[in-house]
Amino acid sequence: MKNVVNRMDLQFPSLSVNEGFARGAVSSFLLGLDPLVNDLADLKTAVSEAVTNAVVHGYRDTVGTVYMSAKIFSDGSVSVKIRDKGCGIADVEKAMEPLFTTGGEERAGLGFAVMQTFCDRVKVVSAPGKGTAVTLYKRLSQKRDGE
Amino acid sequence: MNLHLELKNGTLTAALSGDIDHHAAGRLREEIDRTAEKVRPHTLRLDFSGVPFMDSSGVGLILGRVRLLSMWQGKVTVCGLSPQLRRMAELSGVGATAKLEDEERKKVEL
Repeated sequence: MKNVVNRMDLQFPSLSVNEGFARGAVSSFLLGLDPLVNDLADLKTAVSEAVTNAVVHGYRDTVGTVYMSAKIFSDGSVSVKIRDKGCGIADVEKAMEPLFTTGGEERAGLGFAVMQTFCDRVKVVSAPGKGTAVTLYKRLSQKRDGE
Repeated sequence: MNLHLELKNGTLTAALSGDIDHHAAGRLREEIDRTAEKVRPHTLRLDFSGVPFMDSSGVGLILGRVRLLSMWQGKVTVCGLSPQLRRMAELSGVGATAKLEDEERKKVEL
């Protein structure tokens, strides 16, 4: 049975400048775990993708609030939930296909593929008109486990 | 986020520094394209040596420039990728359309 040993909750407007803030905040929060640099970089990348999705897609033509909550569990694993109250996704399966994008030419369509590759598990809950919640799960190896 | 552009023998080198995410990519794209469209280089070399972090926006940036350069049969090469950035680039298959150079700056075909 794993318990939550620490958590943090943040909310910020869906301005692209906050993409960097969001991954920096997650990184700072998790530093106490003394994680391997690569594991932390992977999670930061996934957080960046999820927050960018909220900014670019969830609140496509508007600025709304992005909610982020991170948890550290007793077994050393972490979760980061990124939620918006934006337009939602009608077909989550389709949206998660690599290279599928509604973001135009400059978006690679890789956001979910990156999240899935760089995390242990990704959960997506979405409803059109209500918003989207993406939860990233990852076990971070600690430096003292041996590099 | 910083950008330094240099034209030498028809190769335009764009030295990028700082994190590349969706926020930074927009400005980089505009600045690179403004110069590239003017000088129409045969090669655009994107140098990531100064980039500690990039998400898939960086891949979009590379692929978008491949598309732009192809308008005048130019090509894009990528160098200076850290192992973490290289993972991102390889995941995207970007090596199929842009040449990724290894750390010694030797050209490798992927």
